[in-house]
Order: sequence, then structure tokens, then C-alpha cells
Amino acid sequence: MRQSIIEMLVEAGSGHTAGPLGMADVFTAFYFHILNHDPKNPFWEERDRLILSNGHICPVRYAAMAHAGYFPLEELKTLRKFGTRLQGHPHRTALPGVETTSGPLGSGLGQAAGYAYGAKMDLPAGRQVANKFWVYCFMSDGEQQAGNTWEAAMFAGKYKLNNLIGLIDRNNIQIDGMTEDIMPLEPLRAKYEAFNWHVLEIDGHNFEEIVNAVEEAKAIYEKPTVIISHNIPGKGIKEIEFDYKWHGITPNKEQAAKFLAELRTLGGKIKSEHE
Amino acid sequence: MPINPKVKLVENVLEKARLEQLPTRKGYGEGLLAAGDENEKVVALCADLTESTQMHLFAKKFPNRFIEMGVAEQNLATVAAGLANYGKIPFISSYAMFSPGRNWEQIRTTICYNEVPVKIAGSHAGVSVGPDGATHQAIEDIAIMRPIPNMTVINPCDAHEAKKATMAAVGVNGPVYLRFAREKTPIFTTLDTPFEVGRAEVFFDPNLEVRPPLGGRTSLLDVAIIACGPLVHNAILAAADLEKEGLRVRVINNHTIKPMDEKTIIEAAKDAGAVVTVEEHQVQGGMGSAVAEVLAKNYPVPMEFVGVQNRFGESGAPNELVEHFGMGVSHIKAAVKKVLTRKK
Repeated sequence: MRQSIIEMLVEAGSGHTAGPLGMADVFTAFYFHILNHDPKNPFWEERDRLILSNGHICPVRYAAMAHAGYFPLEELKTLRKFGTRLQGHPHRTALPGVETTSGPLGSGLGQAAGYAYGAKMDLPAGRQVANKFWVYCFMSDGEQQAGNTWEAAMFAGKYKLNNLIGLIDRNNIQIDGMTEDIMPLEPLRAKYEAFNWHVLEIDGHNFEEIVNAVEEAKAIYEKPTVIISHNIPGKGIKEIEFDYKWHGITPNKEQAAKFLAELRTLGGKIKSEHE
Repeated sequence: MPINPKVKLVENVLEKARLEQLPTRKGYGEGLLAAGDENEKVVALCADLTESTQMHLFAKKFPNRFIEMGVAEQNLATVAAGLANYGKIPFISSYAMFSPGRNWEQIRTTICYNEVPVKIAGSHAGVSVGPDGATHQAIEDIAIMRPIPNMTVINPCDAHEAKKATMAAVGVNGPVYLRFAREKTPIFTTLDTPFEVGRAEVFFDPNLEVRPPLGGRTSLLDVAIIACGPLVHNAILAAADLEKEGLRVRVINNHTIKPMDEKTIIEAAKDAGAVVTVEEHQVQGGMGSAVAEVLAKNYPVPMEFVGVQNRFGESGAPNELVEHFGMGVSHIKAAVKKVLTRKK
């Protein structure tokens, strides 16, 4: 996944690096274990819906989709190029499976909540659970500064949207710096709890924690759940990790070769590179 | 009388004082209720203005398909986008100043670009909102809605047409912006008046009794007025007055601002050689601008624009404000005479 992300970004020449690398493990867990989906039938009615609110990290979603079989891996190289289905920010009608158009921050949770509300409207009378599908909404931590996010959080809390599971990429960086310097989010858990959400916190690089958190979220039927996923921005490449300057830039060819070597040797631990 | 018999207006259309009056938003409320009856996918969302936007009729009959959003217009748009993405046909209501005023980017990205069929109903458009003042008088809403790809923009002329437009919006495969007024205005169309999205109707034309429109040859018309919203009635009154003065003026109800009925607009420019547009909206970017875009490209003629002239509204009685901001019958007549002086 991370190699695909680097390969895509160096080819595209623009885009975001730290976020996609940091969310690579979460996306892997979802596309290869958690999501009920069919890459050959992206419009399957009972598929789980994964709404990506922070559209700028779409390289990680595209990489996951390609590896899962939605489209050929070679197509990843078309990212951000003229005529591509892999738009710089994801576009619903360009690529089956991306579920919604996103990019402008703060508007994904509302859409996910609308989706979840619609699905609950169609439940047989008296049934609160046993949804045909789950609605997931991945968000960045930076967009927790956007008003629309909290309007949506209040809405989902009021209507007890237990079929909605949010996940926040808590990597502490945003374009201008660290979130707590730019506009503090903490106490983030308490904020969501105050909006009547069930809140879980996980290490977003620990697959067991990711999977267990989603299982717990599914079992909470009286309110929506948000998973605060503590992630390392740029995870896997030492030069990028924790550096907010890598939020919105891409590696050049030289850097990419170095980073790919780092990924292929597990950070220099092994001598023979592998893919 | 030069009323187009095909459009079946009320018989006493010129007797303003005797016409029944209702706000166009009332027609929306009835249309939404009827749309809900016809199509179970129709759902309604409101941002704490349920009765004022006339959504209460729907909410009462279909409580399970009505969603109260609170004072959160951005979320009004995004939740509706999600519902539409799922398969519903959501109508969202607030005052036009707040939706589509406050939530423009959400409408652009999550509704129009996302290609989901949300119907945006903006009530309280125009200075005729009255005493609430400029903060609540949306007079830029057409300008911000019409440039967005995939969007249809409709401004009905009375409560009957508002009901028809609302029901027709369900059948439009995409987002629609419906523009309504707060204040009572004359009902001058009837249940039999034709309404089709994207088709402008000639309501008044002195030539009708002589022979059909001339299609660009020697014209019997002096000026064509292209109007939308409740001011269409003022335009008819102005044209009737002008006829007494010997001027032949066609009045077109151009309810669908996008996609515009270019054929009818160009034909009017050819027949008349001069055009006046009338709308309760800033002249910058509004319906008149859209008409000018069509004519500049296809058949340029002198134009005058009746509307708000780059000003904010203010508190006052609705009619008083319509007069103050230059959209009364006398102002329309003056615009017709002014444009005539520039006609070749």
C-alpha cells in the first residue's frame, strides 16, 4: 500500500503524502477485512458505505481499491492527470466505489449521516438494528475545526444513528502546523461524548485494535460511534513521519527512490529489497 | 385583450385589487405535499423554519419522512446530499438567504458536482420580505445558483405556478433551486395554465390578435418584457398601460432561469428589437444577466434591466420596498420607454 502511494505521488507530481501514509493501515484493515464489499460490483446495494470526508488523502483509498480489485494497479499512475478517473480529490461519478465527491473539508460527516438516516428510514417498523449495511465516515483531525462537522455530529447524536461509524485520522498535523497550535481540538473525546457519541481511541497502526474497535462500534446500538485513530503522519518513512510540512507536498524522483528502498528494506533492517 | 389565450390566465388579470393573493411559498407547501403523495422517495428537511417555509403540511402528513435539522444550513445541504446519494429525493427548506445563501459550497460540491437530486427551496427571496430587513432579503440567490453545472433554477410567478414547479422538480433528474417569496402576491395564473420546466410562456402580446409572432421580420412589437417571479404581474400591468399609450409590448413569463428557453427569448428579441428584463433580484448576475448572455451571443438588442441596482434592501412594507427599489409598474413602463430610445 505505502509503495503504491509513493509511486502514485511521484508520478502525479502533486498531492498529499503524510495523510495517506498514516492511514494506510486503517485502509488496509477496512478493504481487506472489515468492509462488506464486492470490488467487481461496486454498486451492490448491500455494500458497506465508506464515505471519505477528507478527500485529499484519496491516494490511499485509490491504492486500497486497486489492490482490492476495483481497477487495475497500472491505473494508479493516472492520478491527477487529464482524463483520469482518479481525480485529485475523489469524484463519485468518475470512479465507481468512491461513494461520494469530497475535498472541501467538513462536509463528509453530514453526508454520511444523511446516508445512515436514509437507511434507517427504510428499516421495517420497530427495528433499530440489523442494518443491511454500515456507513463509515473517515475524517481528518483538521476538519474537526469545521462547523459543518459539528452540525453533523449534533444531528447524528440526536437521531441516534447507530449505523454510522466515524473514524478520525488523529495525526496532529494540518497544512499550517500542528493542530493544537493552529486551533486546538482537545479534548476531542469529550467533545464527541458531549454530542452524544460513543467514543473509542485506538492505535491506528495496530490491526487488532482497528478491527476490535469496529466490532465494538457495531455493538453499540443506542448512539453513533466515533473511533479516534491515533496515527503517525507519514508512517513508514522516517523523513516524513510527524513532519507537517509533508502534509501537502509530494516526493521528487530522488526522494521517492530513497523512500521506496526504505519501505522495501523495512527501514534498512533487511538487505535484500522486496515489494 | 392581448392575453395569450393558450396560457389561460384569470379573466380579470388586470384588476390587481380584486385578485386573490397568496405567497408563492404557500404553493410550495401544497406542491411538496402533493409530491409526497405521488412519490414515496420524497423526503423533506427543514432548518427550524418549518411553518414559515410551508413545510409543515408535509411534516404533518408524513412525519416519518420529515427531518428537523435545527439552525444548521450547511448540514441541511450535506445530510440531504447523503439521503439523495442513498436513493431519496430530498427537498430542503430555509430562507433563501441561508439556503442557498450560507451553504453555497456544500450545494456546489456535495449536491451539484456529486450529481445527486436534492431540491433546494429558498423562501423569502426578494426585498418584498419586508419588515425583516436586508439580512433576510435574498437578492443574490439566482446569481449564485445559476452558474453551477447540473443546476436547474426556477422562480415561479404565483402560488399556482409554485405548486406546479415544486411537483415538476421531482421529475427533474438532478438538483433544482426553487425560489419563493414571503409576501402575498396576486394569483393570476390558473390550474390550467401550462407549466413546463425550461419553457418560457408568452403571457401578453398585442400581436396575438393581429397575427402570429413575426420571427424576425418587420415587427409589430415595440418591446419585449422578460420577467420572472411575482413581478410578472407588474409587467403585465405595465404592458396593458403602455398599450393604451399605443405601445405594443410582449410579456414573457421566464420562470426557468436555467436551462433558459433560448428559442422564446431570441424570438422575442427578433420580434421586438428591444428587451426589458424584470426580476426581484440584483441586476448583476440575475435572470436579466442570463437573458443578456443569450442575446449578446445570438441576437443583440438594446436592453434595460429592472431589478435591485447594486444595493442592499431595508425594512419597510413589501409594496413600498418594491416601489422604492424601482420594480413597480411605473418603473417598468419607464424602462420600456427608455429602451425604445435606443432601438434602431
